Amino acid sequence: MRELTYAEAVREALRLEMRRDPSVFILGEDVGKFGGCFGVTGDLWQEFGEDRVRDTPISETAIIGAAVGAAATGMRPVPEIMFCDFLTVCMDQLVNQAAKMRYMFGGKAKIPMVVRAPVGGGISAAAQHSQSLEAWFTHVPGLKVVMPSTPADAKGLLIASIRDDNPVMFFEHKLLYPVKGEVPEGEYVVPLGKADVKREGSDVTVVATSLMVMKALEAAEKLAAEGVSVEVVDPRTLVPLDEETILASVKKTGRVVIAHEAVTRSGFGAEIAAIIAEKALDYLDAPIKRVGAKPAPVPFAGVLEKYVLPGTDDIVAAVKEII
Amino acid sequence: MEFSQEQLEAFYRTMYTIRSFEEKINDLFLAGEIPGFVHLYIGEEAVATGVMANLRKTDYITSTHRGHGHTIAKGADLKRMMAEIFGKRTGYCRGKGGSMHIADFSIGMLGANGVVGGGFNLAVGAALAAKLMGTDQVAVCFFGDGASNRGTFHEGLNMAAVWKLPVVFVCENNQYASTTPYRTTTSVENIADRAIGYGIPGVVVDGNDVFAVYEAAQAAVERARSGGGPTLLEAKTYRIKGHFVGDPELYRTRQEVEEHLENDDPLKNFRRQVLAASRLSERELAEIEAQVREEIEEAVDFARKSPFPAPEELFEDLYVESGEAACGK
Repeated sequence: MRELTYAEAVREALRLEMRRDPSVFILGEDVGKFGGCFGVTGDLWQEFGEDRVRDTPISETAIIGAAVGAAATGMRPVPEIMFCDFLTVCMDQLVNQAAKMRYMFGGKAKIPMVVRAPVGGGISAAAQHSQSLEAWFTHVPGLKVVMPSTPADAKGLLIASIRDDNPVMFFEHKLLYPVKGEVPEGEYVVPLGKADVKREGSDVTVVATSLMVMKALEAAEKLAAEGVSVEVVDPRTLVPLDEETILASVKKTGRVVIAHEAVTRSGFGAEIAAIIAEKALDYLDAPIKRVGAKPAPVPFAGVLEKYVLPGTDDIVAAVKEII
Repeated sequence: MEFSQEQLEAFYRTMYTIRSFEEKINDLFLAGEIPGFVHLYIGEEAVATGVMANLRKTDYITSTHRGHGHTIAKGADLKRMMAEIFGKRTGYCRGKGGSMHIADFSIGMLGANGVVGGGFNLAVGAALAAKLMGTDQVAVCFFGDGASNRGTFHEGLNMAAVWKLPVVFVCENNQYASTTPYRTTTSVENIADRAIGYGIPGVVVDGNDVFAVYEAAQAAVERARSGGGPTLLEAKTYRIKGHFVGDPELYRTRQEVEEHLENDDPLKNFRRQVLAASRLSERELAEIEAQVREEIEEAVDFARKSPFPAPEELFEDLYVESGEAACGK
């Protein structure tokens, strides 16, 4: 199968959906001729023009607000927020408007909008350009939250998200953008709410999201050399969450490590841990372990950034603590 | 400007419906029949009426926490409005929205909004959709003088102006942002003066004169519809009631309110003008009033007799797929 980078896979999903459905359009900062801050929208502006690949003022609130208004009146906008950190300035439009309109209007509105935003550190972008804020949005009923870890999932989940009639938060890890992987051609759809077992194993389950899936697979490789069989489960979507696949894996292995790049405290791993404790406690042979960022802002200096963010070795260490 | 008999009757019917509806809500709330809290549009009727008379059913509006007047003027059903305000299943939002979240997409009413200044960019988006789809629909965003101090005002007006979107921003300057007088929170004489910052027309109009509002809104709506871009229209009006029903109104004197009621109540202004010009008679006005009062009694009766939603309906309409499982609990 042909290979694409994660960024190319996202672009291919956008291109196919824009060709298929004239109501799909992109808006965001520098998404047009410039091709996006991380180059994700690339040449879409050349194919679809400035109306459908729409450069906006630096007005994140208006970007999301206008997307919500357009979605409510028949369009399928895919706004891009340059860094997920900037979602903090459009929270009202997401949390009080997009997430609530359908519900509080008694089912009258449909908000088919996909908000794309890069998450994560690792590029010395410091405290305001490096966060992973996905857990905030999982706390708000009315939103869906998607976090692909591979190019194929990025394509398939983005197509599914664009076709979904609900507001979807779609988080891409900026370190994954150049990562290559096999991606099916054509209209490849990965349904929301289906986890994927990225590696089968029998001793320990590692539930990992986004970039940490790659790190978990590296950890599994290292541990395999030491005779430990690790199963890596990627939920792929946090809302809706495929509890069944996670619980089935935990029941099989009896041990679980949950890994995400977001700050461990009140991260989505806490939710997964709680679900496992509520529904599979009797199957556990060891305490649930969580791996995530230390509770500090992401610092600038490389040595500090590396220290605050979780890595492969942290997963290996966590697994070793419970076997 | 010449107005037909039909137009005059429609103006009065709409204004009187809003006034009576709100007075009824006031009484029902004080009697304990309505839960939560309510913000009344009394005193501002000429704005919604004069603006909406220029809109088509397919045009959009975004409204505010003080939204009953806009909703009525856009043509909503009084029974379903009243039932929603009672929290009943037959209401516009099936009892899930209440006074601050009434919406009727079938008439272009994109929702009241509990967040002050929450509607600017929704209106911008609706106008963007109209432009992208090549329709000639217009979006009107209603907001108060208080909301004009939100950052959303700036982002929305700039975006609408730079993209020449078919939006009319209608500021209802009712002199009070919640409990704070206009002058204590806002540095300019007119909100409309801010239009210069966006390179769009800023127009001040007497918001207690339905004819003046109609004419100003007509120009703004025509400009938007013909591709001329947005207008910032400021209607100077007055909030006769408190911020909410039960507001002790410590920020103004009773005399101020009484003087306004006597001298510049939009309904009294209308009556004075049409009677003086012999366009409508006392009898004709009374006939309209009687009809409206009957409709409102019917709406109250409908709301009272309607059932409350059942607990099992909690997860309905949360996501487009129905059911608890699909809600990603």
